[in-house]
Amino acid sequence: MGLPTTVFAYLVKRLISAVVLLFIITAVVFAIFFLLPRLGGASADDLASRYVGKSAGAAQIHETAVRLGFTDPIWVQYGRFAKGLVAGSDYYTGAGYDHCPAPCLGYSFITQNPVLPDLLDRLPVTMSLAAGAAFLWLLGGISTGVVSALKRGSFIDRAAMTTALAGVSLPIFFTGLLSLSIFSYGLGWTAPGGSYTPFQENPLMWAYDLLLPWITLAFLYAAAYARLTRAGMLETMNEDYIRTARAKGLREHDVVVRHGLRAALTPIVTIFGLDLGLLLGGAILTETTFSLPGIGQYAVQAVANNDLPKVLGVTILGALFIVIANLVVDLLYAVVDPRVRTA
Amino acid sequence: MKKTRIMAVAGAMALALGLTACGGSNTSGTGTGSSGGSGGGAAAGGANAAIGKIYNPSDAKGGTLRFGAAGDWDSVDPGDTYYGLSWNFLRNYARTLVVFKAAPGSEGTKLVPDMATSLGKASDNNQTWTYTLRDGLKYEDGTPITSKDVKYGIARSLDKDTFPNGPTYFNDFLKDVPEGYSVYKDKDLANLKSIETPDDKTIVFHLNKPFSSFDYFAQLASTAPVPQAKDTGTKYKEHVISSGPYKFTTYQSGKLLELDRNPNYDPATDPDSGRKALPDKLTVQIGINAADLDNRLMSGDLDVDIAGTGVQAAAQGKILASPDLKKNTDNPTSARSNYTQINTDVAPFDNIDCRKAVLLAYDKTGYQRAYGGSIGADIATSLMPTVVPGHQDMDTYGFKAKPQGDPEAAKAELTKCGKPDGFETTVAYRNERPKEKAVAESLQQSLAKAGIKVTLKGFPSGDYFKLYAGKPDYAKANGLGLLVMSWGADWPDGFGFLSQIVDSRVIRAAGNTNLGIKLPEVDKLIDQALGENDTSKRETIWGQVDKTVMDNAVVLPGVWPKALIYRPDYLTNVFVTDAYNFYDYAAMGTSKK
Amino acid sequence: MSQPSKPTTEASVAAQPDTSETGDRAGRRRRKSAATVNALDGIGGLGAPAPDSFLSVRDLRVHFPTDDGLVKSVDGLSFDLSRGKTLGIVGESGSGKSVTSMAIMGLHKPGTVQMTGSIRLDGQELVGSSPEAVRLLRGKKMAMIFQDPLSAMHPFYTVGHQIVEAYRMHNDVSTSVAKKHAVEMLDRVGIPQASSRVDDYPHQFSGGMRQRAMIAMALSCSPDLLIADEPTTALDVTVQAQILDLVRDLQSEFNSAVIIITHDLGVVAELSDDIMVMYAGRAVEYAAAEEVFERPKHPYTWGLLSSMPRLDRARIDRLRPIPGAPPSLINVPSGCPFHPRCAYADRTGGLSQSQRPPLEEKAPGHYAACHLTPEQRTAIWETDIKPTL
Ligand SMILES: Nc1ncnc2c1ncn2[C@@H]1O[C@H](COP(=O)(O)OP(=O)(O)OP(=O)(O)O)[C@@H](O)[C@H]1O
Ligand code: SF4
Ligand SMILES: [Mg+2]
Repeated sequence: MGLPTTVFAYLVKRLISAVVLLFIITAVVFAIFFLLPRLGGASADDLASRYVGKSAGAAQIHETAVRLGFTDPIWVQYGRFAKGLVAGSDYYTGAGYDHCPAPCLGYSFITQNPVLPDLLDRLPVTMSLAAGAAFLWLLGGISTGVVSALKRGSFIDRAAMTTALAGVSLPIFFTGLLSLSIFSYGLGWTAPGGSYTPFQENPLMWAYDLLLPWITLAFLYAAAYARLTRAGMLETMNEDYIRTARAKGLREHDVVVRHGLRAALTPIVTIFGLDLGLLLGGAILTETTFSLPGIGQYAVQAVANNDLPKVLGVTILGALFIVIANLVVDLLYAVVDPRVRTA
Repeated sequence: MKKTRIMAVAGAMALALGLTACGGSNTSGTGTGSSGGSGGGAAAGGANAAIGKIYNPSDAKGGTLRFGAAGDWDSVDPGDTYYGLSWNFLRNYARTLVVFKAAPGSEGTKLVPDMATSLGKASDNNQTWTYTLRDGLKYEDGTPITSKDVKYGIARSLDKDTFPNGPTYFNDFLKDVPEGYSVYKDKDLANLKSIETPDDKTIVFHLNKPFSSFDYFAQLASTAPVPQAKDTGTKYKEHVISSGPYKFTTYQSGKLLELDRNPNYDPATDPDSGRKALPDKLTVQIGINAADLDNRLMSGDLDVDIAGTGVQAAAQGKILASPDLKKNTDNPTSARSNYTQINTDVAPFDNIDCRKAVLLAYDKTGYQRAYGGSIGADIATSLMPTVVPGHQDMDTYGFKAKPQGDPEAAKAELTKCGKPDGFETTVAYRNERPKEKAVAESLQQSLAKAGIKVTLKGFPSGDYFKLYAGKPDYAKANGLGLLVMSWGADWPDGFGFLSQIVDSRVIRAAGNTNLGIKLPEVDKLIDQALGENDTSKRETIWGQVDKTVMDNAVVLPGVWPKALIYRPDYLTNVFVTDAYNFYDYAAMGTSKK
Repeated sequence: MSQPSKPTTEASVAAQPDTSETGDRAGRRRRKSAATVNALDGIGGLGAPAPDSFLSVRDLRVHFPTDDGLVKSVDGLSFDLSRGKTLGIVGESGSGKSVTSMAIMGLHKPGTVQMTGSIRLDGQELVGSSPEAVRLLRGKKMAMIFQDPLSAMHPFYTVGHQIVEAYRMHNDVSTSVAKKHAVEMLDRVGIPQASSRVDDYPHQFSGGMRQRAMIAMALSCSPDLLIADEPTTALDVTVQAQILDLVRDLQSEFNSAVIIITHDLGVVAELSDDIMVMYAGRAVEYAAAEEVFERPKHPYTWGLLSSMPRLDRARIDRLRPIPGAPPSLINVPSGCPFHPRCAYADRTGGLSQSQRPPLEEKAPGHYAACHLTPEQRTAIWETDIKPTL
């Protein structure tokens, strides 16, 4: 039925709209950070005054405003940024010009470092964090949800759901710092905050260093997934096809897993994809709490310093991940639900 | 239900921490100030064991000293940094013409020659300063360091467009710096005439006005040598060419800095600075969660909080509750003053007796409470902090006898100034600073007892000096009689601390940090100090400036803030230097291998 | 299958000519026998199971404790069924038909249900036996076809997969063998190009095909008992007829015992040997199919027959036989549960309101639960009801 070509056409279509969407997002983000303050009455020099030393005079501030391009009309500024994205751009380092190849997300106003290499450098940390946590929370959340649903109303169910409620409502900087002081500083079982070993350097250390952040982050999500799975299972286990499966004489385990869970997981796939996408854009709280040098920590530093190009870069990267996640989720949906695929 | 229970437990924990914090503060006593100057004395341990003396004195080399930074860092480029932590730390990889001696307490405020053979030689009525470099100075790659490299380092830092962060003293004081000067536009150093390098060893500075304290400029980080051929502009920070005992091995922006020994550093060329260079390796991890950083210090996973601003509230509670932890802390006073300016432009503060009334009436302990009680601050009895050389203890208005304020004496002053029933005024503070708001509230309460009615008015931090408190027209028109303020010195020296807040001649139309001190006597004393080449005489003059300010009752001195710093017990050669008011990073070692 | 089977009771009902009012479809019905019913024993109870009965249900009670009270969905039900025979169960919505069939299949969730009485399948007692033992019978010894074939099939698995799954559960064969069997079964139930359609998903099948697939799945292990719970309700008339033919053909081929549950008297008329009419969790009439159609003894059955679609009507509606709503199963009306809706309740001298009528043998092999006297019954049937049909 020509599946490959339709899938291909669909992909191309989705990719094009994703790119368009990303450009719209960059424009909106750019406007938020560069245009809004101006509309709010701040002059170009006011903006620039954040990026000079503490003893800078008015003349120096104005020079900085010119250098950072604040004195140009906003569309010229955006045009420059967009051009950098598409064609790259050159940055003055004093000693010469530094070429920032496309897609150039700009240079930090403060450290004058190009943003993209920083982000790429930090991405493995965030990815490692997200991947490990995702694995744990899927495992923990879904199994808890299933058991809760099957033992609905039992002690196990109530205990699990109370824990889940705690997991959803306790902030990560609380659970994170608490678990650090117990397991890392108290018992010495896990690595102290700020530990990270790249996977390719030593996979075991990688896992050891990330274990506590994984568990803490997974706890938060597992809680939500347990509740979702439970609700989904309660619903699907009442479906007619579950009765059919039982009527066939299937083992209860197969009925639950192959028929019940299989159906209950479908909406979870969507949520999971989006959660993961969001997380890849920076697990802000976890990275800050555990001092992990990932995208989220970078975002916090960028916002704290009002370093607009960094903020812009992080936002765009985050948006990119969400757009990709959306695309993947849609494709995945077709994989898990034949009704979508073959309709 | 379960949720509220968990929250209740958490709340109880927090409460317990808070309570111990309050209880603990009684036992801590008042800060010692840390002057005393008996530099070099050894300490056995205990709280404040590294103040005014050396904790764990040692010459044992080896190990890795691990620093952690919670906040950001402007730059590690010596030509582009204004952070105290940075100036303290960079002595490990950059040498300057002169330097604050690595020594405990007030000894640390002494300038000693670093690359230079001696302190500066003044001529031409303090407008020309000459330094000679020592023999045998080398970069990490073995190439010799010349006076041209020092000139180049300073010259490049003049380009504030490329290096916006550092101080502008050289821009302001050097004679005839061309408008928009940049070494990158004008590569011929000879065109910068205000710095001369007649030979490879000599460097001569020409100033646009007499300045007797020029040695303080010669200790600025931007006097570190930079080889012109290796200057990569904004990217130079990724690998600063070392002239000190350590060199860069890893630089990851916002993440990590690692330094190893510099084999081309010869201690024989560095007899005066007091650098010890004990550890084999220095690491700085950047971007650590502040609360976690404290925990890591206490668990020995990290050695030094590089910021030196003290532990967070949570850790403070824990420390004060535990004698075991408390003995590993120091509580030094900083070279900062959190005070309130009395605006003499606003009636009735044009009358000295009305000003005195406020000085007598306000609650000094309330001010201190706003800044964290006796652990967070000492009650100030004058403007200039104890750690600034030249500070003289004074108690002009009897604060020590009546720390909660003396409404009766205040009323007497009010009668004198013709306001026996008191008056009304407004206190300005920065919205984003809860401590300043607490100060304003405390003033409101305590002044009310003397019949002075105070209205509170908060302003946005960012524009406080530009548009409100620092803009005399605005402050006067809006009757801002009391201006809450905080000021720290770039270095511990009367000029560094006082000039920008008491000299009436620095007052501009807006953006002022002198919020209203206009005393001809003070201006005269400042001129005297700037022309005085004898350090101790000069310091005496700064003390007189401080006294004059107090005699004229133009500020409420408020407090001198303090930090509670944690010191892991395995560190060696630890002491607080009054140059930076936290541990000296050029002398510290570790016994942890 | 063309051989009429022997009457299973001594009081067998003579075969009726094909000229009966039930018309064409009834005419195609093989009038094999009278009810497989045995001797009566009190309310809703039969005596010992007939020696040849394959399924024997005695005094079955299925109660659900709920927040509102105890729902007595099935409350004392007894019947017998032999191999090769078909029992039709009819009754309004909520009368307990599905609960009965689920009880036989052991599909009620333990813990939520109170089940008493006896269900003997091929001599094996099911009530109270271990869930695992009953599970092993499901799909193999007894199978079920459900009402809505779309929702009854898993949307994420191919039709073939779902048949293979059932087959392999009870037969130790490889997937490919099982798949071949699935194709065969699909072919058997009349799915065109079965070998390719076997890989389709349920949503790619039409409603009729889906029901055929369900039947293929149910019959894949040649069950001895097949329960079809409203197998044609969701289908249009032509497809209905095809499906029913299919069930009948397969039944005779496999010699299974079949229970067919429906609102549709036409369906039972066509297929059933015996008919049980249920009301409020009980049997109110139970007899051979001809008996029920030609000499119905219970006012509720009369109502059902009166509302039966006429032959000239194409559409077969759900039954809305009698005015009034089905009774609450928590507070079942006193006396005869049907009395609030019965037109003849006032002719029994108050018995209908006060005493529950037992299920009694009103004629040989013909059971009904009603207080009317035989005379009253004959009079009403002959004069009021029969002429209107
Ligand atoms: N698990 C249960 N808990 C409580 N009540 C139930 C449960 N299952 C069925 N019932 C009730 O039992 C009664 C009989 O239901 P059943 O499904 O057997 O009716 P039915 O005769 O099959 O009707 P229909 O023709 O609509 O399928 C209904 O009132 C139903 O609400
Ligand atoms: S017993 Fe009475 S109410 Fe019940 S069916 Fe017979 S006549 Fe009607
Ligand atoms: Mg039903």
